[in-house]
Amino acid sequence: MPDLDKLYEAVLNGDHKTASAIAKDAVEAGVDALDLVARYMVPAMDEVGRRFECEDYFVPELLLSARAMKAALEYVRPLLAAQGAQPAGRVVIGTVKGDLHDIGKNIVSALLEGGGFEVTDLGADVAPERFVEAVHTHQPDLICLSALLTVTMPSMRNTIQALEAAGVRGKVKVLVGGAPVTREFANAIGADGYGENAAVAVSLARQFTGAQAA
Amino acid sequence: MNSSIRSLLDNGPVLTDGAWGTQLQERGLQFGDCPDAWNLTNPDRVAEVAAAYAEAGSRVILTNTFRANRIALEGYGLADRTSEINAAGVAISRRGAAGRASVFASIGPSGKMLAAEEVTEAALLEAFAEQASALAAAGADALVIETMSDLNEAILAIRAAKPTGLPVIACMVYDTGRSRDRTMMGTTPEQAAADLTAAGADVIGANCGCGIEGYLAISRRLHSATSLPIWIKANAGLPEVVDGKAIYRMQAAEFAAHCMTLRSEGASFIGGCCGTSPAFIRAVSERLTEAARCA
Repeated sequence: MPDLDKLYEAVLNGDHKTASAIAKDAVEAGVDALDLVARYMVPAMDEVGRRFECEDYFVPELLLSARAMKAALEYVRPLLAAQGAQPAGRVVIGTVKGDLHDIGKNIVSALLEGGGFEVTDLGADVAPERFVEAVHTHQPDLICLSALLTVTMPSMRNTIQALEAAGVRGKVKVLVGGAPVTREFANAIGADGYGENAAVAVSLARQFTGAQAA
Repeated sequence: MNSSIRSLLDNGPVLTDGAWGTQLQERGLQFGDCPDAWNLTNPDRVAEVAAAYAEAGSRVILTNTFRANRIALEGYGLADRTSEINAAGVAISRRGAAGRASVFASIGPSGKMLAAEEVTEAALLEAFAEQASALAAAGADALVIETMSDLNEAILAIRAAKPTGLPVIACMVYDTGRSRDRTMMGTTPEQAAADLTAAGADVIGANCGCGIEGYLAISRRLHSATSLPIWIKANAGLPEVVDGKAIYRMQAAEFAAHCMTLRSEGASFIGGCCGTSPAFIRAVSERLTEAARCA
């Protein structure tokens, strides 16, 4: 039986090789998949989030931990699926029309995947119609919109309006974020949440989906 | 110190330029257009911006080549025009400067993240080397690596720029953390100063960020951590978003007053970033002239 505390540490330290090896051993040794996720992996990511908030961790550490989480989840996910466990939630994410910046969006996407969400990334410069289409295709719980430029922030409003016009606004929560975006702006355009940074975005995603574990 | 940088600084601090993007928008650049492509399609309007800064008192002006690396241009479908866009950028600024200012060519970030393995070090090195050599071949006086969030990417850009033999300026953005004194990747001014100096930069500095007030301390910290000259191009305060548009409330006179403090915090090259215009540069120029007269 592998030392499962080491799985917690591996995710926390962003060591994807160790995280993946221990998860594999644990699964082979018959450790309950849900238990593995809920007791070791999710708490590790929670600690990562706390350290980010306290400025002990920055973006590179977040990305490494998210990668370690994802590597471990690869072994655990088939078992979860076999038990009938659902992903933490389904997310469609993209940078809005007119904006080619995808770094912030990619960070949030990696963290959401690390958090056990099923993420469909539409890329950058995504037109409102494509978000609407993705709601039909992927049935997400959540749509995440990113913008880096002040001039592309109106595209966030246009996207929310397009969801309304297509009659699907009620089916999804909309989360917005990016350097120029503020809480006031998020409220003004009728978004459901404002992710001030990547860690906040993930905890909001959890709140909206009621997700506890992967 | 690099000899051409030294001779520029002989008579005290050097005034650089202000924002370009907003100036191009005032001249008709549309939302979603690639500003750098205007070097090929609207060279006269780009030259107007360069001329406006030279006229306002800039002794160093930059070039409209911030995004003109192959990786960033790919997003606009313009990767195969990389050399042309860079060469035109230098020629346009040279024309606009009309002998009044040196032309320092701008090299911005790739827009891809090394830490997330979106791009390799080799690809970054190659893209920056291609841009740097195009800018050098077109006759730039120096290369300005700016708006970098990732120290590793900045260092790769320095490595790519050094073989041109031109002076290299390397600037990071400090906008993260409670005190807004770290890069997005968590790097402090002290760490950046040490590593950029070691990588061979001739001038180091900071640009963009969260307003000029916060860059006073950044300038001081960079200055105490290196013997190289310091370059600061700060934003005009923090923008307010009104109807989805960024409004910078700080006026030119207030910005100029902060620039005078920057000078005493160790900055040798002083200019503006987001929210600034030729009027801001003119205000700083007047203050610097006055200070030189009364020194």
